[in-house]
Amino acid sequence: MRYMSLIRINEDNVPEGGPGPELMEEMGKLIEEMTKAGVLLDTAGLRPTEEGTRLRWNRGELSVTDGPFTETKEFIGGYALIEAKSKDEAIEWTSRFLRIHGEAWDITCELRQVEGPDFD
Amino acid sequence: MTGSDSRGDQDARRAIDAVWRIESARVIAGVARIVRDLGIAEELAQDALVAALEQWPESGVPDNPGAWLMATAKHRAIDLVRRKERYARKLEELGHQLESQESRQSHGSDFAAAEAAADGDIEDDLLRLVFTACHPVLATEARVALTLRLLGGLTTAEIARAFLVGEPTVAQRIVRAKKTLAKAGVRFEVPEEGAERRERLASVLEVIYLVFNEGYSATAGDDWMRPGLCEDALRLGRVLAGLMPREPEVHGLVALLEIQASRAAARTGPSGEPVLLTDQDRRRWDQLLIRRGFAALARADALPGRPGPYAVQAAIAACHARAFTPDDTDWPRIAELYDALARLVPSPVVELNRAVAVAMAHGPEQGLKLVDALGDEPALRRYHLLPTVRGDLLARLGRHAEARTEFVRAAALTRNERERGLLLARAAEAGRNS
Repeated sequence: MRYMSLIRINEDNVPEGGPGPELMEEMGKLIEEMTKAGVLLDTAGLRPTEEGTRLRWNRGELSVTDGPFTETKEFIGGYALIEAKSKDEAIEWTSRFLRIHGEAWDITCELRQVEGPDFD
Repeated sequence: MTGSDSRGDQDARRAIDAVWRIESARVIAGVARIVRDLGIAEELAQDALVAALEQWPESGVPDNPGAWLMATAKHRAIDLVRRKERYARKLEELGHQLESQESRQSHGSDFAAAEAAADGDIEDDLLRLVFTACHPVLATEARVALTLRLLGGLTTAEIARAFLVGEPTVAQRIVRAKKTLAKAGVRFEVPEEGAERRERLASVLEVIYLVFNEGYSATAGDDWMRPGLCEDALRLGRVLAGLMPREPEVHGLVALLEIQASRAAARTGPSGEPVLLTDQDRRRWDQLLIRRGFAALARADALPGRPGPYAVQAAIAACHARAFTPDDTDWPRIAELYDALARLVPSPVVELNRAVAVAMAHGPEQGLKLVDALGDEPALRRYHLLPTVRGDLLARLGRHAEARTEFVRAAALTRNERERGLLLARAAEAGRNS
């Protein structure tokens, strides 16, 4: 089963300077561990919303808006695509990812199962 | 704990279960290095799990649960080994080394730090466990059961469901397998580079491929544990690739599995019937898995040595994966690859597949020559695909009466109702054309 982990953060909660070198190193180690465990299929950070664009289709009308998007302070910082035998396993791996962020961060991962062939 | 589970207890147990699935192989491997016996190693690892189930609901899951389990299991292993006379002397040395480490540190996070620092050792132990569980002294189904149990983290019940056998059968297989290993004096180690290691590695790859094929052969109505075997095999393959990054055939096997798995959604029709490769809706092929397959194949190709059988089969699968439509298929390249495969692992089935590729690349006449050479092959006597292929080639050459004979023969050989219907239909069509 595949799960998408969407990394959500409130812009007020991003520590000064963003992720520091120790965090990046720990993340690198965890990514390597999860890759070697055959669990991590794909992961990436997303570039800031200032560089992003939203396209909206409203019943026949297309509107295109460049970032930043001011109505909400929460944004998606990145994602991970995990293959796990159960949601509980996906939760365990995702909690390990969050734990390495330590005391300085308030960050959320939203886990959503990816639609796929139904084995049931 | 009280009689009825609170939701908190249930959540805790599920979380611990998830940790166990993730960590158990490493714990067993680490303990096995100390006690040198898989049965005892698994028991001690289970003891650590029991301890976790007792303590973590109260204290919470530790920050590094893997290290906690490893430390707990290893402490018990050391105690056990200390008590055994047979290992008395080795033990004392071992006990001394670890004792002096322990006297400087406390159980828990400090030990965890030491373990984390010795990460290389964990991987070595895991590899030893892989090689031991797949030892050729064991019958194939024993290797499969032991591997799925110790490395895949599957329960006995899950293995039984996946292979359509009874749970006691699987339990027996595992018990007997451990006994066989102990009696044969199989050492908990990976052979040095050389012929023995190549042989042992081939045995490991065979187990993984077998598990995958068992899952791949599952049909729509089956228990979901069965197609789940494909995921299990893929994960084992990926783990092995991480442990043995310089072995090209490991990457070759992973590449083959990734690409084959990419077709899972397209392989069965709406009523669960199998769909041939050339008829599959390629939009349903999983491009993520295809990319991963190509990446694994590239890693295999970048390593020294000529491609082995798995890498060649992966390259064939990659040719199909690259083609957006069946007409885009690079059949000459596939024919070349089958030439290579036939030299590496000659077999009638490979030869038959080669004939199909040659026919697609160079015309049915060429293909028919190869098929005719197989005519008397005893291994293929009851193999319905031989007359199927022959019939197809004859039809393409306009020899419809002969084609009809072959399709009728093929229909008689297949046990699949739907397939028989299709073959009889082709026979009828050939009859009309002749």
